[in-house]
Amino acid sequence: MKPIVILFLWLVFSQWVIAQNADSLNTTNKDAVYQRPFIFEGQKGNLTAAVGGYLEANTNYFSTDGVSEGFSMEMRRFNIFLYSTIKERIKFLSELEFGHGTEEIELETALLDFELHPSLIFRAGIVLVPIGYFNQNHDSPKWEFIDRPLVSTNLIPSTYSDVGFGVHGTIPVQSLSFTYEAYVLNGLQDGVVANEENRTFLASGKNEERFGQDNNGSPAFATRLGLKKRKVGEIGLSAYLGNYNTFQKEGLTIDEKRTLFIGALDYNFSIKKLQCLGELAIIKADIPTDLGQNFGDSQWGLHTDLIYPVWKGTLFRWQNMTLNAAFRFEYLDYNVGDFEETGSNISDHLFAVMPGIGLRFSPNTLLRMNYRYQWDTDLLGNPPAKTAGFQFGFASYF
Amino acid sequence: MRLKIKTSLLCLTVIGLLSFLACEDLLPPAPADNEVLDGQMEGLSATQTRLFLEGDEAFSEVFTPETGLGAYFVTSSCISCHSGDGKGHPSTTLTRFGKWENGQFDPLTHLGGGQLQNRAIAGFQAETIPVEANGIAKFTPPAVTGLGLLAAVPDATLLALSDPDDADGDGISGRVNYINPPDFFSQLKWHLPDDEGRYIGRFGKKAAAIDLLHQTVNAYKQDMGITSDFDMEDPINYAVSAQQTDLVADHEIPAATVQSVVFYLRTLKAPIRRNEQEMMVQLGEQLFKDIECSKCHLPTMTTGISDIEVLSEIQFHPYTDLLLHDMGAELNDNYTEGIAEAAEWRTPPLWGLGLSPDAQGGNYFLMHDGRATSIEEAILMHGGEAAKSRTNYSELSQTEKEAVLAFLESL
Ligand code: HEC
Ligand code: HEC
Repeated sequence: MKPIVILFLWLVFSQWVIAQNADSLNTTNKDAVYQRPFIFEGQKGNLTAAVGGYLEANTNYFSTDGVSEGFSMEMRRFNIFLYSTIKERIKFLSELEFGHGTEEIELETALLDFELHPSLIFRAGIVLVPIGYFNQNHDSPKWEFIDRPLVSTNLIPSTYSDVGFGVHGTIPVQSLSFTYEAYVLNGLQDGVVANEENRTFLASGKNEERFGQDNNGSPAFATRLGLKKRKVGEIGLSAYLGNYNTFQKEGLTIDEKRTLFIGALDYNFSIKKLQCLGELAIIKADIPTDLGQNFGDSQWGLHTDLIYPVWKGTLFRWQNMTLNAAFRFEYLDYNVGDFEETGSNISDHLFAVMPGIGLRFSPNTLLRMNYRYQWDTDLLGNPPAKTAGFQFGFASYF
Repeated sequence: MRLKIKTSLLCLTVIGLLSFLACEDLLPPAPADNEVLDGQMEGLSATQTRLFLEGDEAFSEVFTPETGLGAYFVTSSCISCHSGDGKGHPSTTLTRFGKWENGQFDPLTHLGGGQLQNRAIAGFQAETIPVEANGIAKFTPPAVTGLGLLAAVPDATLLALSDPDDADGDGISGRVNYINPPDFFSQLKWHLPDDEGRYIGRFGKKAAAIDLLHQTVNAYKQDMGITSDFDMEDPINYAVSAQQTDLVADHEIPAATVQSVVFYLRTLKAPIRRNEQEMMVQLGEQLFKDIECSKCHLPTMTTGISDIEVLSEIQFHPYTDLLLHDMGAELNDNYTEGIAEAAEWRTPPLWGLGLSPDAQGGNYFLMHDGRATSIEEAILMHGGEAAKSRTNYSELSQTEKEAVLAFLESL
């Protein structure tokens, strides 16, 4: 079938679908980037441009096996969004992040959306890659926890944005919304292995140069399919596939092609007042055997957050305040496999639990306090290093 | 409504207060000093502590291709082989090779010997053992604790302990290894070179490193492919090309970094014993002497005068004589360094032995290549000069054997 025919059929079909059910478009994970205060106003057509952002800061007091660096304060992030409705169905969105003051400055988003139809939107620019739940939904004020989930930062390399283009859309079917996203990207690069972490670590493959040029001339693909049922929750399946190493230069082959696959399952649902959200990721990578066994060819991990509103009401004349009790657990295995020499298991894993409370002045602003206990087991499986500590902080959209 | 607010406020305050009060209890406690190997010696000054921490950081540094790793290497940080400053694991065991010809051992330097760099960064091809090699040995990383004390024992002590011709007729000879010093070697007053200008080696399983600087410079180069002011040449894979090295400008680390690591090694505390008051342990200690283990695993040594006060004229208990002993055919890998014979190995210190599993993934991997998976297995592998001592051990009653093992685990 010719692409143009497919496109036509698609449009006819989606017109029909949209006629069936036109609401619930704004509530999926795919659209999280637009579900931000202030920016939201712009989408309603009241304004043509909007500015927003968020900021978060916190205190840290951690101790590992009885040794503490003491108390410190941290200005984690100050992010600015710029949004504009260029024309009725052409949107521009950007996000600039200042991490730890001006230590890390990153352009996390700068994209244009051309909407042919809600079920078919072309997107191009620097996009947040749709892997799992967190990457596109990472704004701190949305979370009851100060630390980001480790499966989302150390396996899925959030915040991971990349230059690329592709399509996304929402197809509502009665109380369900089916969403899809599919992009072609430059992809993660060489640092995935032979990095300072001394393990397979995707976040080290987020080479700055990816915004300018692909390191190997072979694009990566990422896609996420989501299914949302109103008032129940959303489940998503995503995948990323690409070559990460510089296997060719000036047209000449200098190395084998090494592929990287990320698969993720994300979930976000409520059972009565209890909200449960999290994601599970698996990673498969072609690793040069010459690098040794520190660099695993298989990793997996998950986190789940449970959030329960224990109190809602008015405090100091602030209305509609909510006090949430929250609990997170997370597990990561950086290196699935056995040692060649002994046949025993390669450990390199961690487990953490994190109870906390979040006091929300509004859905956009909260104070939060977390306690964390983490067990890190090294490659060989020696007694784990135990780290625990307290954090107190705030996060707010503006 | 009012009541509700009050209750919630109260709750909040209570939670807040509780968490502060309980803070210390909710944080993981420090393990006892005698349960871990890492940690500095007692009595260092603030300046010395700072240098120790600098060295600690450098010892943990992970090198990448950008910071000079390789191009040929074994692993990318000191700490991955000497985890928690303890012994290594079969997965971090390194391989050395050479060739015997007419009774002479050639480390095959022109073919990339004596140490195999079995890893390579992207775009390079790791070394393999050349077919010419007929002597190959594996080396499991030893613990690196208490080395400052061992480094401060004067040469004269080692010469006095040695008995190359077994003059006392106890079947145990013991001799020093003599090593050609590297260019950067600087002699101390107590160093006693031989007529050929070679110096006594004391570190490494063949006692082939004269001092901790020698050992450290070699480790940077041979284990990680890191050049320093002391040695500016990266390892090369001659099987591919004698020209090809990594593209990072040499030196890859400055002399100061190497020196801080040496300082760190010198001031790492010696392992502290556990359960030494237990009856079985004390019985074992006596038996250890009775069955003549202590002839090689010498319980007590004394340092000479040192520039670091806490190392100066100190009595300590390493359970080694730092000498080479012929350990028999079974432990002969047909490989050697310096003037050592292939069957000769330097007596390893036994301090910290009981903590080895905490660095070796819960198991024991003992002897030079980790071939013994328990202390008893290690004892039963002793041959050559130690054969008599092994027989003595075998003839002990079960309880006595258990006592010896309990003693060794308390070290
Ligand atoms: C690939 C694993 C590996 C790496 C990396 C490594 N070592 Fe070692 N280390 C060993 C082995 C194996 C030995 C025994 C060597 C020998 O017998 O010659 C050893 C021996 C030593 C010794 C002598 C201990 C003794 O009792 O004689 C010291 C000191 C030492 N290493 C320090 C270091 C430092 C410092 C670094 C980093 C610059 C380092 N090592 C990196 C494996 C490693
Ligand atoms: C002749 C000297 C000598 C005598 C006597 C001797 N040993 Fe050893 N011992 C050595 C040497 C040398 C090694 C290292 C061999 C190797 O690395 O392959 C060693 C290794 C060991 C090890 C393993 C240490 C490690 O870190 O891998 C243990 C345990 C040990 N000896 C205990 C004993 C006991 C117990 C006795 C008495 C029954 C004893 N030794 C008697 C020389 C001796």
